[in-house]
Amino acid sequence: MITIRNLVFRRGSKTILDGVSMDIPKGRMVAIMGPSGVGKTTILRLISGQLTPDSGSIEINGKDVNALSDSELRGLRRHVGVLLQNGALFTDLTVFENIATPVREHTNLSEALIRRLVWTKLRAVGLAGIEELMPHELSGGMARRVALARAVVLDPAVVLYDEPMTGLDPIAISTVRTLMRETNEALGLTSMIVTHNVAQMAKLVDYCYIIAEGKVAGEGAPNELMESTEPAVDQFMNGKVDGPIPFHYNAGKAATSAAH
Amino acid sequence: MTADQNTARWGLGPIARAGQCLIFLIRMLASIRLTPAMISSTLQQTYLIGARSLVIIMICGFFVGMVLSLQSINALEQFGASDQVSLLVGKSLFRELGPVLTALLFAGRAGTSVTAEIGLMKATSQIDAMELMAIDPIKVVALPRFLAGLISVPLLTAMFNALAILGSVVFSVGVVGLDPGIFWSKLETGILFGKDFMGGFWKSLVFGGLVSLIAVFYGYTARPTGSGVGTATTNTVVLSSVLVLIFDFIMTSFFV
Repeated sequence: MITIRNLVFRRGSKTILDGVSMDIPKGRMVAIMGPSGVGKTTILRLISGQLTPDSGSIEINGKDVNALSDSELRGLRRHVGVLLQNGALFTDLTVFENIATPVREHTNLSEALIRRLVWTKLRAVGLAGIEELMPHELSGGMARRVALARAVVLDPAVVLYDEPMTGLDPIAISTVRTLMRETNEALGLTSMIVTHNVAQMAKLVDYCYIIAEGKVAGEGAPNELMESTEPAVDQFMNGKVDGPIPFHYNAGKAATSAAH
Repeated sequence: MTADQNTARWGLGPIARAGQCLIFLIRMLASIRLTPAMISSTLQQTYLIGARSLVIIMICGFFVGMVLSLQSINALEQFGASDQVSLLVGKSLFRELGPVLTALLFAGRAGTSVTAEIGLMKATSQIDAMELMAIDPIKVVALPRFLAGLISVPLLTAMFNALAILGSVVFSVGVVGLDPGIFWSKLETGILFGKDFMGGFWKSLVFGGLVSLIAVFYGYTARPTGSGVGTATTNTVVLSSVLVLIFDFIMTSFFV
């Protein structure tokens, strides 16, 4: 479904991703995990075509994302739902209008059908009846669920989640996690989740990739990774301070400067 | 050294920025479609940024008319020509002050609001979300605000001029005691529709487009941070004001 091969991405002189390869099969939930700032969200932006890699390829359903024209990329994005880190709801539109916006833009459905569709999606995330509320009237968990309803309103084949549980309370985390799983199974989606929340991902996904130092440091089912002896994987999964993943940004340069 | 750094090194930053702005304008114009959604969105923005600027425009117009009459009468009295005040005020307003002051007020009242709004949408990833939903933010966010500015500024200029003439009548006739018949007849016979009225109209259309373009462009290209949005808002006012005055001189010199 999603195939990534030898992905290299640089910002200025800094190499963010250095030869990353992944396979996300159809219908699976796969997590990309790793410490903050390692380039997880960058992978998501590369998959959605917001960024262009320096080399390597990304294919969604056999289509090379970087070889697509602007209009072809827009066509592809209609089949890819994205849940951004903060939900990114349109602050001046009601909940109803937020979810209806992509439907209005990409279909010719009647107003009655749009209303029915939005209600169905809101019901699926447990929020039927809040159509007329504004985003600022929602709690963090509710806003994330509305954003999820918006992300899947056009029944996409793939959903990309960027830190879907960050900043939520434990009850909201469990609700969102259950919703993600149920939505994935009910709609037959392929889901890719970018996160650093080890405990939650162990309960949710089928497969994980651990990114460290710009490379895939480990991959496998969550329970396999928990028992991995690979130093970087062991350090990240078990939250150890000591290990190959540095705490300091540009740790090598900092050490050299300090020595001088 | 990157291309951007090279551009900055050779002092070509403003030219590169102007080029980006031109490309942005072309992208906006290319996305114009007369759909019900586009018309509705443009009308809504016209209300939000145009109609809501009406009060400040009317108040400023009224007092500009009064002060212009006061100064003009003081000067004209020395030549015994104070009954020519309506002609002087009318010509000044229709040709220059109306379009220029309206555009400057519009930049401060509505231009800043548009830049801040779009900049904030960018900072809160709403623009990103649109792109990811295959919705073109230039078509949905920037274009309606640009068109609304283009429509609003000439209408606001007309309102500014009308209130300024009213201010002039109140001062010249009501306070100084000039004959109202002479006031109106000088205005009616002295103001030429083609040269004075339409000249001002074309200026106001160009200024409206200029201020709106700068406002949406700076909002759209603002750094997605608090200070980035603040800087973009300041730049909108400064650049709009300078360019309105420069374009006013160019248009007056060559076309009007």
